[in-house]
Amino acid sequence: MGSIAEFFQHFMNGLTLGGIYALIALGYTMVYGILKFINFAHGDILMVGSYIGLFIFDAIRGESIGPFTLLAFFLAMLGGMAFSAALGVIIERIAYKPLRNATRLAPLLSAIGVSFILSNSAAWMWGTKSRKLAYPFDNTPIVFKGVSITPHQILILIVVVIMMISLKLFIDRSRIGKAMRATSLDRDTAKLMGIESDKIIAITFAIGSALAATAGFLLALEIKVYPSMGTMTGLKAFVAAVVGGIGNISGAMLGGILLGLLETFGVAILGIPYGLKDTIAFVALIIILLVKPEGLLGKAEKEKV
Amino acid sequence: MVLLETEKLTRAFGGVVAVNKVSLRFNEGLISGLIGPNGAGKTTLFNNITGLDNPTGGKVYYRGVDITNKSAHSICRMGIARTFQNIRLFKELSVLENVMVGLHFSTGPSATRGRLVTAIKSFINVKDEYSELREKTMKWLEFFKLEKLANEKASNLPYGHQRELEIARALATDPKILFLDEPAAGMNPFETANLMKTIRRIRDLGVTVVLIEHDMKLVMSICDTITVLNYGQNIAQGTPSEIRNNPAVIEAYLGKEEE
Amino acid sequence: MFNFVLLIFIYTGIYALMAVGQNLITGYVGLLSLTQAGFFAIGSYATAILSVTYGWNFWLTLPIAALIAGAFGFLIGLPTLRLKGDYLAIATLGFGEIVRNILNNWDSLTNGPMGIQRIPMVSIFGFRVSPYDKWGFLLLVWIFVFLAYLFYERIAKSRMGRALEAIREDEIAATSMGINTTRYKVWAFVFGAAIAGVAGSLQAVFILSVTPSVFTFMVSIMVLCMVVLGGMGNFKAVILGAFIIQFISYFPQLTGLSNVIPPQFKQVLFGVILVVMMIWRPQGILGRQQRGRLEKGEK
Repeated sequence: MGSIAEFFQHFMNGLTLGGIYALIALGYTMVYGILKFINFAHGDILMVGSYIGLFIFDAIRGESIGPFTLLAFFLAMLGGMAFSAALGVIIERIAYKPLRNATRLAPLLSAIGVSFILSNSAAWMWGTKSRKLAYPFDNTPIVFKGVSITPHQILILIVVVIMMISLKLFIDRSRIGKAMRATSLDRDTAKLMGIESDKIIAITFAIGSALAATAGFLLALEIKVYPSMGTMTGLKAFVAAVVGGIGNISGAMLGGILLGLLETFGVAILGIPYGLKDTIAFVALIIILLVKPEGLLGKAEKEKV
Repeated sequence: MVLLETEKLTRAFGGVVAVNKVSLRFNEGLISGLIGPNGAGKTTLFNNITGLDNPTGGKVYYRGVDITNKSAHSICRMGIARTFQNIRLFKELSVLENVMVGLHFSTGPSATRGRLVTAIKSFINVKDEYSELREKTMKWLEFFKLEKLANEKASNLPYGHQRELEIARALATDPKILFLDEPAAGMNPFETANLMKTIRRIRDLGVTVVLIEHDMKLVMSICDTITVLNYGQNIAQGTPSEIRNNPAVIEAYLGKEEE
Repeated sequence: MFNFVLLIFIYTGIYALMAVGQNLITGYVGLLSLTQAGFFAIGSYATAILSVTYGWNFWLTLPIAALIAGAFGFLIGLPTLRLKGDYLAIATLGFGEIVRNILNNWDSLTNGPMGIQRIPMVSIFGFRVSPYDKWGFLLLVWIFVFLAYLFYERIAKSRMGRALEAIREDEIAATSMGINTTRYKVWAFVFGAAIAGVAGSLQAVFILSVTPSVFTFMVSIMVLCMVVLGGMGNFKAVILGAFIIQFISYFPQLTGLSNVIPPQFKQVLFGVILVVMMIWRPQGILGRQQRGRLEKGEK
C-alpha cells in the first residue's frame, strides 16, 4: 500500500485517461440516444481524424518548439475534428441511413463493415507503422508534493472540461440541442413538430465524431498514431458509455472517468498484469450488463407491446 | 363459470398508475368486450394478464390458479392466447409456417413424453412430423379461408388477411380463452362484418373471447358483456345496453356536459 | 499451385463448420454473436492439450472438444442472451478476446504465446491421415462438413428450427405462443459453439500446432461474412459463402499478385461485402429456405 501521494498520482492518471474515454463515449451515447444504434465504426473515425491532424500538424509546425507550435497543434486538432465530423456525416448517409427501417441486425453489420473498411484502408494508405505525434511543448513532468503531472495531462484535463461543459450547455440551452433531445425521445413526433430529423441526425454524428477526434489526437501524443488505434480504445469507450448508461450524456462522462480510474487503479493497486488491462473493460461490461444493464445513470426501458 | 379473473390488479410505472386496482371476471363461453378511451390501460391490462408485463400489485387467477407472475410462455401453455394491437406476425415466414409455430408446444413434451424423447423424435421423424402438423395447420387456415395463401410470405398478405392469420396462429395454440387486441383496427365495414362472424364462430368452438375494441358497432353487437376502463380504473361493467346508457361511460368518452 | 488450391479447400471446410454454427445463431435466431473464434480456440486447445500432454487419441479428444466448447456456449449464452443485439455483439467479441488473452497468459496450461507444438496426427483404423496428404485430409474435413450439414439441417427442419426462427422474427410473439425463448436461444448457442469446437479440433491436427495468435476476432468476422454473404438461415448457402470468402482471402496468392495487392485487401473487401449486402440484399445470395412448402395438389 502506498502513500497519499501515490494515490493521487494514480488518481490523476486515471482521471486523464478517463477524460479521453469520456469524450469518445459521448459520441457513442449521442448516436445511440437518437438512433438506438451503436456505431461500431466510431473508434475508426477518430483514428482517421488523428491521422489528418497529424498530417496538418507536421505540415505547418516549425522545427523548434515555440508559442506558434501550440497554436499549430490546436489548428491541426481542429482540422482533424472537422474531417472526422465530415467523415461521420458521410458514413451515416451512405451506410446507415438506408438501413434505418431494416431489421436491427442490418445497421450493426453495416457498421462492422465500415469499421473494417476504415481501419484497413488506413493501413493500406498509410502503412501499419505507428507515427509519432510531436509534443507542442516541453513535456517535463511537474512535481508537486510527490505527485508528478505532465503538461500533457493538464492539456487533456483542460480540453476535456471545456468540451464537456460546451456540450452540456449546447444540448440543454440551444435550439438545436433541444431538437436533438426531442428527436432522441420520439423521432416521428419531432418530425411532426417541424424538426428535420435527417439534419439533426447528421449534426449528432458530426459532433460525436469531432469529440472523438479530439480525444484521439490528445491520446496520440502518448500512444502514437496507427491504423488500429481506434479499435481498442473505441471498444473501451463503448464499454464506458454502457456502464454509465447508454443514451445518457452524463452517463457517458461518468462511465468514461470511472473506466479510466478502474484501469489505472486495477493495474497499479490490484496488480492486474499490464497485458490483461484491456480485459478490465470487458469484465466491467459483463458485470454491469448482469447487474444493471441500463447503466449506472440509465433508465430501464421496456419494449412497448 | 369464471374462467379468468383479476383481483385489484395494479400496474404502476413510477408515478403513473396505468392499471389501478382493476378487478374483473371473464366467464367461460362468453364474448367479453373491454373498451375505454385511448390510454385507459386496456393493452397494459392485457399484457399483465398474459405475462408480458409484471403487475406491481394485485393478482390474476386462471381456473382458480394464481398466474400473476408466471412467464408469458407458461401462461400460453395453460390455455391463454392473444393477438397484438400492432400485428406481430413472423414476417419472413410463410402463412403455413406462422400457424405451425402456434402448434409448437402441442407437439412438445407432455405428460407422456419427456423433453429428450420429444427432441429426438422430432429430429428423426421430420418428414412424418410435417405431414401430421400440416393437417392441423390446414384446418386452421381453412377456418379463415387462407389455405390458398399457405406458401405466401406473411408480410406479403393484405392487411385484413394478416389480422386473420394472427388470430389463426393464436388459435393453433389451442386456447381456452383468447385475448384479441383491437382486431378490427384498420378494417373496412365489410371486413369488420366478416370479423364479427368469425368471432362468433370462435366462440362456438368453445373458446372464450375477450376483445379490446374501439369500433362501437362491433362491440355492441357481439359482446355479451362489456367492461369500461378509464384512467386505469374499471368504471363500469354490464350488458351492451346498460353500458350504452351509463353516464360515467358517456362522460369518459365525451367529457362532462357543460353546466 | 494445385496443392495450394487443395489447401484452400481444406480451410474452407474447417471454416464451413464454424459457419454452420454461426448460421444457427445468427441466421436462425438472429443473434449477432461474434463468438466463433473463442469456441474455435477452445476446441483446438482441448485437442492439443489432451493429445500432447495426456496422449489421448484424436477421436477421443474430438467429442471432448465439442463438449467443452458447448459447455462454454452455455456459460456465455445464459448471461449474455438477455442482452439486445447491439450489446450481445460486443459482449461476445469481448469473450473471444478474453479467451485469447487467457490462452496467451496461462503458461502452465497452454504454454503461452508459443503455444503447443508437435500435435500427433490423426489416424483412422491405423491409417495415418497426414496434413501433407492433402487429399486424405480434405476428404476427412468434408465428411465432417457433410455430417454437420445433415445434422443442422435436421435441427432447422424440426420443431426447434421453427421455434428459433419465430424468436428471430418476433420474440414477444414467440413467447406469447408458448415458446421458452431463453431456453432455445441458449441451445442455439450451445450447438453453434460445439461445431466450432469440432472445427478447432480439426484445425489442431491439420496445422499440428496451436498458438493464441491464430484465434483473433478476424476469424469471427470472416465466419459472420460467410453467413451474411451466403444466406442467413440457409445451410447450403453458408457453405457457398465459406468458399467465396476463403477464395477472396487467398485471391492475391492465387493470382500471383501478392506483390501488388496489399495484405489489407481482403479485409477491406470483407467490410465492403458487409455494407453492400446489408443495403442491397440482406437475406444473402440464396436467402431463407421456406419449410413445409405446400406443393400443387397436396392437402
